[in-house]
Amino acid sequence: MLEIIVSKYNYWIFVFLLIIGLYSMMTKNNLMKKLIGMNIFQWAIILYFISIGAKRGGSVPIIPGGHGHGVQKIVVHATGYVNPLPHVLMLTAIVVGVATTGIALAILVRIYNSYGTLEEDEIMKELGK
Amino acid sequence: MIREHEDIVIQTVCRFFIPFMQAYGLYVLAHGHGSPGGGFQGGCILAASFILMTISYDLKEVKRRFSEKLNVLFCSLGVFIYAGTGLVCLLLGGNFLNYGKLSKILPTDPVMARYYGMAAIETGVQITVMAIMVSIFLNLVTAGKHEETVEEEDAGDNSK
Amino acid sequence: MTRKFVGILIAVIALIALMQGLKDLPKWADPNQPASIHVSPRYIEKGIEETGVPNIVTAVLADYRGYDTLFETAVIFTAGVAVMMLLRRSKR
Repeated sequence: MLEIIVSKYNYWIFVFLLIIGLYSMMTKNNLMKKLIGMNIFQWAIILYFISIGAKRGGSVPIIPGGHGHGVQKIVVHATGYVNPLPHVLMLTAIVVGVATTGIALAILVRIYNSYGTLEEDEIMKELGK
Repeated sequence: MIREHEDIVIQTVCRFFIPFMQAYGLYVLAHGHGSPGGGFQGGCILAASFILMTISYDLKEVKRRFSEKLNVLFCSLGVFIYAGTGLVCLLLGGNFLNYGKLSKILPTDPVMARYYGMAAIETGVQITVMAIMVSIFLNLVTAGKHEETVEEEDAGDNSK
Repeated sequence: MTRKFVGILIAVIALIALMQGLKDLPKWADPNQPASIHVSPRYIEKGIEETGVPNIVTAVLADYRGYDTLFETAVIFTAGVAVMMLLRRSKR
């Protein structure tokens, strides 16, 4: 059991953040705290994908001495470099997350101007009347 | 709800920082091929310089330098540059976004033509990301009205 | 009170399910994990001779997967337009 905890500790961090995000999305009453919970959930997923790309003994995925016109003669071994594909996919995911958070905040501003409060049970009571 | 609040220390320090931040944003874009960087990262840094100007000076200064008409123009200009490069590659006889065919109009071989095609599209991405970040920030902070308030407003104002 | 109880229950069930799935995942920074030997060696080895750009992340993002980046730029543009539509209203 201790072996599983120590050798896979990056997954434990991801699980911890994901459960925190899930819990605050479900149980908090304030709409702003729900939105922060959604943001934490999404960053947990991004951290998980980036931690998959690590490689023991690998360096930054930038090939040294690559400029100039003799670039076709460089021999590259794939074991010396960290996996670059999760970084690429997560760049897109971060930008989508920013877009979602921006629109959600705009909706919250309109809700506040309309009802005067950001607590969920008061809003549901107003809607039920 | 941006309030006008003059503080000479903050304004002097931020006046020193903002040109360096903008130069750094352009540096990160230009060195995206040889070191970590690229379009998205440079765009966020460039947008951060405008946000710093908003929170240290007032909204009128930012509107004087970067008006809303120019902002909306930059939003669509970046996407247009990106798709336009792909369309030029289509017209020159290749697939969409196949930058190797750009070697017919640029004086280099097909491998370096891909290099220059990537530089062009990263510029487009940076312009769009910068304009959108500034626009979202100004709309959220002023709740859409784009004017500054001098005193505290009545917070319980329900306007449907 | 029932909402907090149901929330804690669902979070504990999700935690147990995730811990069960954790047994099959590869170790941290294993060089032989399936994510590192399937597709990415081809991008690392052929990346610089086909594109001439030393930064492999930029080469994959802007050249091999350029179509995804185009639509991601369209997504951020749409988000900006949506915020403008929600908040910039003229006085009625």
